[in-house]
Amino acid sequence: MSEPLLSVRDLKVTFTRQGAEPFHAVDGVSFDVRPGQTVGLVGESGCGKSVTSLAIMGLLPRRGNSVSGQVMFEGTDLLGLSDKQMRERRGRDLGMIFQDPLSSLNPVVSIGVQVAEVVQRHRQVSKSVAMEEARAMLDKVGIPDPRRRLREYPHQLSGGMRQRALIAMALACRPRLLIADEPTTALDVTIQAQILALLKDLVSESDTALVMITHDLGVVAGMCDDVNVLYGGRLVERNMRHDLFAAPAHPYTNGLLGSIPRLDSARGEPLDPIPGSVSDNLPWAESCAFAPRCPSAAPDCLASSPELVPHGGGGTDGEGALRCFHPVVPAEVAR
Amino acid sequence: MLRFVVRRLLQMAGVMIVLSFLIFAWLRSLPGGPVSAILGERATPATRAALEKAFGLDRPIWEQYLLFLDRIAHGNFGASIRVQAGTDALEIFLDRLPGTIELTIFALTIAISIGIPLGYLAARRRATILDNVSIIGSLVGVAVPVFFLAFLLKYVFAVQLGWLPVSGRQTPTIDATHITNFFILDGLITGEYDAAWDAFLHLILPGLALASIPFAIIFRITRASVLEVLDEDYVRTAEAKGLTSRVIRGRHVLRNAMLPVTTVIGLQVGSLLAGAVLTERVFSFRGVGDALAVASTERDYAVLQMLIIAAAAVYVIVNLLVDIAYAIIDPRVRTR
Ligand SMILES: Nc1ncnc2c1ncn2[C@@H]1O[C@H](COP(=O)(O)OP(=O)(O)OP(=O)(O)O)[C@@H](O)[C@H]1O
Ligand code: SF4
Ligand SMILES: [Mg+2]
Repeated sequence: MSEPLLSVRDLKVTFTRQGAEPFHAVDGVSFDVRPGQTVGLVGESGCGKSVTSLAIMGLLPRRGNSVSGQVMFEGTDLLGLSDKQMRERRGRDLGMIFQDPLSSLNPVVSIGVQVAEVVQRHRQVSKSVAMEEARAMLDKVGIPDPRRRLREYPHQLSGGMRQRALIAMALACRPRLLIADEPTTALDVTIQAQILALLKDLVSESDTALVMITHDLGVVAGMCDDVNVLYGGRLVERNMRHDLFAAPAHPYTNGLLGSIPRLDSARGEPLDPIPGSVSDNLPWAESCAFAPRCPSAAPDCLASSPELVPHGGGGTDGEGALRCFHPVVPAEVAR
Repeated sequence: MLRFVVRRLLQMAGVMIVLSFLIFAWLRSLPGGPVSAILGERATPATRAALEKAFGLDRPIWEQYLLFLDRIAHGNFGASIRVQAGTDALEIFLDRLPGTIELTIFALTIAISIGIPLGYLAARRRATILDNVSIIGSLVGVAVPVFFLAFLLKYVFAVQLGWLPVSGRQTPTIDATHITNFFILDGLITGEYDAAWDAFLHLILPGLALASIPFAIIFRITRASVLEVLDEDYVRTAEAKGLTSRVIRGRHVLRNAMLPVTTVIGLQVGSLLAGAVLTERVFSFRGVGDALAVASTERDYAVLQMLIIAAAAVYVIVNLLVDIAYAIIDPRVRTR
């Protein structure tokens, strides 16, 4: 089995604001990504997916937070790098695409320049070579008539094309790791499928590792090899995609699966969402944060904090894991 | 882009027509009308009638309006009665315009070249000493009345310390050749560098007084605008691409942050005109503002009318320039 490309160990991100309690947005998350592998980070809004990815990329705000743990990338701890060293890696070794393609593109700079600038930055080439490379990239991500699009501005492109342009930027220097933070949430359903198919093609063709962040288990089902489920800043379950879908062990994962719209369910039929919201969370330190919303909760869930323990068949790294006192037994699996 | 400019030019023509109505109506509504202004309140009815006829005031109102437009089109605004009695208002205006242009360009250059970089730095170092000190400075800038600042600067640096000239546009004893009436330019053209330098020294104090408000406003808008842009997703995208901070600052932050600043600079031209009236007075600086001050206190309607039309034209032209600058920066305006 190959060595991990990215190895996140005990990552903690704490936001400290004057007058407010420190807030542990990411609370000891560990996971591995191997070359060419697609790993999902899944969970509800606010569970720390974006903060995790921003911490990996070194893109968290300079002030108001503290980060600890390790982000090993090809043997180097990215958290220990200087701003300058990190700048050299971002865009070259690590690429990232974001949720909202319109707001993620600079409205007053042409698409061509926005793609070419990353090439020019990381591969000492002339402007015209970089521009030609940008054209080739736009072509590769399926933007029709790329030469014309080079001169256009973000507002002149459709939503799907904007996301393609962002993908072109992120992949222009062939990074070995790509982080996609909900890359399709802002798009129409049909466009979503196209973008996901494109991403899948591009990463498998170039053997790029992909961290796929989403709250949509449908996306996970179509893309990911391994899945990490986050709840309240902590990992609650990890498994290979197939095992996770076949036998979700954590009540939260089980709930998420139960709330996927299914092809055979009637339109408008209410889904089966997890009751309550993140605001009901208990502190992880002395309990299970999910307890107030958990159908399997028992008194011990309120009295102590469950640890992450090895579980099941495991991911490709042989390390399936679970954080729960009373795992779901297969018979109870929703659907 | 061409279509954009043509559209703006047409809009500008429309604005000028509306303005001409307003100015015409204003002249009609003056207490006693222009005749009283010229002859005084105690003129005999006969002389009044004669003058009214001479001015065409006995014609129907629309005819008077057309006459008014005709006169303006020919640059005939009438003769001054107080500012420089007997001199044509247009001539007075053209004579004084260069001084005011030199002064406002100098003031605006100071305001922009300090306001924008300082605004950027204050935003990048939010809540540091630099930020707080410059915010306080800009508050003082808007809060202190221009004429007071002008007096203060004059008193300290000209009267007490004697570092800079007390008044005027140039030391009278300097034998300078004037070609364009832009004294600094004249000095550079003719090679009379001492005259150019002397004119420049005369600009400093009134220029600083005049720059205070635009500086404060440009600084604050730049700071607010940079803060907003720094939070934009596309800046994060630029960071995710590993671009150098120089590229991020210039291409991604400042270019976007300059959009509101451009608009505000255009709007500042109004406050510059108002400020020029006060500073030119304080420094006896022979400019348009000084003429306007005299004309309005002494009811010199020919000059007043000339200056109001000129001010309106300046406003409209500056706004056109701002719109063009805006379109150059923002493709969303240009390509639609
Ligand atoms: N700059 C910040 N300052 C303070 N709190 C923050 C900051 N950024 C994020 N948070 C908090 O950290 C938590 C995790 O946020 P994060 O953006 O990672 O959620 P997410 O899982 O990506 O959710 P979503 O699906 O909505 O994108 C949230 O509660 C959020 O309010
Ligand atoms: S530990 Fe208890 S409360 Fe938490 S998920 Fe498991 S059963 Fe539910
Ligand atoms: Mg997010």
